[in-house]
Amino acid sequence: METRLHDCPGRGLALLDGSRLIVESCARAGADTYIGYPITPASLIYSYASRRFPNVLPAPDEITALQWMAGLSASGKLPVTATSFPGLALMVESINMAYMMELPMLIVLVQRLGPSTGTATAGAQDDLRFVHGMLSGGYPVPTFCIADVDDCWILPPVALRTAVEVRTPVVLLTSKEMVMTERSFDLSTLGDVEPITRRLYVDDAPYQAYAADSHGVPSFLPIGDGRHQVRITASTHDQHGILRHSTPEALDNTRRLPAKVTVNTPVLYYLEEREGAETLIVTYGITAGAAREAVKALYARGEAVSLLVARTLVPIPRAYYEIIDHYPRVVFAEENLQGQFSSMLFGDRRPDKVRFVGDVGHMVRPEEIVREVCA
Amino acid sequence: MSEFLTGPDFPYCKGCGHHLIARNTVRALEALGRDPLDVILVTDIGCHGIVDRNFATHTIHGLHGRSVALGSGIAMGVPKDKQVVVFVGDGGATIGLQHLLEAARLNVDLTVVVHNNFVYGMTGGQPSGLTPCGFRTVITREGSPYPHHDLCRLAHDAGAPYARRLLGLGDFSKDLQEAFQIEGFALVEVLELCTSYGLKMNPELRLRELAEAVDYEPELWTGDQRPALRLEQEPPRSSLLSEGKFSTTEVRFASSLEICLSLVLGGSAGEGAQRAAELLAQAAIASGLHVTKKGSYPVTVGVGFSTAELIISRQPILFHGITHPDAVVITSEDGLAHNQARIRAMDGGTVWLDQRLEPPETKADVRVRDFRGRAGSRNAALYSLLTFVHETGVIPTRALLSAIRTSSIAEYVPDALLEPFEEGHDR
Repeated sequence: METRLHDCPGRGLALLDGSRLIVESCARAGADTYIGYPITPASLIYSYASRRFPNVLPAPDEITALQWMAGLSASGKLPVTATSFPGLALMVESINMAYMMELPMLIVLVQRLGPSTGTATAGAQDDLRFVHGMLSGGYPVPTFCIADVDDCWILPPVALRTAVEVRTPVVLLTSKEMVMTERSFDLSTLGDVEPITRRLYVDDAPYQAYAADSHGVPSFLPIGDGRHQVRITASTHDQHGILRHSTPEALDNTRRLPAKVTVNTPVLYYLEEREGAETLIVTYGITAGAAREAVKALYARGEAVSLLVARTLVPIPRAYYEIIDHYPRVVFAEENLQGQFSSMLFGDRRPDKVRFVGDVGHMVRPEEIVREVCA
Repeated sequence: MSEFLTGPDFPYCKGCGHHLIARNTVRALEALGRDPLDVILVTDIGCHGIVDRNFATHTIHGLHGRSVALGSGIAMGVPKDKQVVVFVGDGGATIGLQHLLEAARLNVDLTVVVHNNFVYGMTGGQPSGLTPCGFRTVITREGSPYPHHDLCRLAHDAGAPYARRLLGLGDFSKDLQEAFQIEGFALVEVLELCTSYGLKMNPELRLRELAEAVDYEPELWTGDQRPALRLEQEPPRSSLLSEGKFSTTEVRFASSLEICLSLVLGGSAGEGAQRAAELLAQAAIASGLHVTKKGSYPVTVGVGFSTAELIISRQPILFHGITHPDAVVITSEDGLAHNQARIRAMDGGTVWLDQRLEPPETKADVRVRDFRGRAGSRNAALYSLLTFVHETGVIPTRALLSAIRTSSIAEYVPDALLEPFEEGHDR
């Protein structure tokens, strides 16, 4: 049955939060099953999903949530969940499994103030390094980050399409302040969401779950198919899905995983370059708003500064290095203490030209960015 | 050779009970006339889990202890005529006990076959939660001092329609057939001895004697037959952008606001501060303005502070944080405590304060009003914002009154509270 609603996305002015747009956008893109486990500040997404997704199941814990999602994904569903760091930490082994099995799914990660249980009702950008390194082997899980309320509508389909077309779990990073803050919004600005169509293996030759195409991605068949045997495994395996210790074919299969993600993950960012600018502000997520305000304030003072807002975070797009290379001075702004994005790009020793502004417990303020740019 | 198998030999030690489980599983599936492609074999980590390659069914091999949850997801997603069989060891069953109990509780349509040889065989014979008291292992050389879980009884208590414990000797394919035919959750716990570690550490033991000695007797537990959990294809559901709970706002009022105003409302949880702020936000939209509304509160529900931050602006709002508010409205002690530092730091602007509260030191203009006395705790926040709007004129008071009267809380707000704010009313 067709589950897409063929109405136009919306008309009129409304007061809404980002969660509503994320869930509606996921459902329109074709995500059909939501697995929920409540955690602040992601529970609003669960609540909306319970009213919108064709199927919603309450899991008893986050490990079960991810395992159910993997099973549902293997059977041809397109599952979504939303969580925060404590839940993600429990999911990590299962995300490794789904990555190895090459099962599409979407995990919306709503960041809150850590470490540990931290402050569940305070926003943060605390989890990028964790997401970047959560796979054994350091392999990249495609990770997109919502930069503004428009992205709550635009990025879920991008993330879901990547999950399906690259056959991989995908993370959509956001924070409490994006999914829970309400704002006036003109619904007529929403574009159509194209439903994702899934291409299944149709040949008569025996299906091999891990025989990759020219893009490095194997074709998909749901487990339980009536014509072909489907073998899936989380252990090191050959193209047939048979466990192998370390045969050349099996190791090539393992090598293929990061390569297919790196090649096929869309690179999305906003770049506003000003002529004569000597400084580039680099940011992502909830701090993008403050950075845009800072750029506006600086421009009003006659100071030219450029802005890069990263929306694809993992794998790290090469383009970011190229953009950064053009500037003698770069200011990273993000809501954490460690400067996670800059250390992801440069390690723990930042180049001299790179400055950092960030803190915990409050959103980075435009004036803090302005101060650092002018310092 | 059976059409369910890809080869004649299983990858197990000589004499291992896993052989019998695999062969009896094949016999049972054959006897039921299943097609290999109608069967999905889910395996856990452990010696039993390397049997995938021998089966011509669909196979999926996951993590240690998670196979029941993985199999549950598959059973919920595949068509009803598919047979989902989960192979798990005693170690995996106890790591993933929650998954097993949840599958029983929800009556997921799958059969879990527990290969219970009382030890973690693949890692060297360590004890598991199913190791019986007195059973010697490489870790408990004098015999395990702890009792074992009764897995079947646990599953039964969790709601499993079918749970059977049997000795893994001879032909038990009929028992497996019975389990495979259950529509819903079925557990079959097969007792066996690990030849490499179980027998080596307990050479005198016989399976039947052990079972009798430690209350591991074969038994069948049956429960109520309930519909199996299955994802049904639901009809399309309403868009979240047009559902009944969600409304759009028409611009029907005009505001004299020139640039931007930031407002902090501080109250107590459970007293409607967030809802009141939402109504003001909707009134601002109805007045042709942009608005953001951020909530701050502790993790507790109904206890502690509840602060709402609003930015009302003529221009689109890029940053919705408030460092130096233009206005602060405080209705309770909790709200004052949470915003005390911010009020003290104010260099200007205005603070509206309930008259029961101690005015903080500030350079802001402090206006003391009777919010709680006039409106009670339930409506103090709403009343305070009506007061704020009425005194500042940032948006027409009519806009907020209209937002309140058309909201879901209208019936809880007495007319007497709103009337003084009507145009022409003499307060």
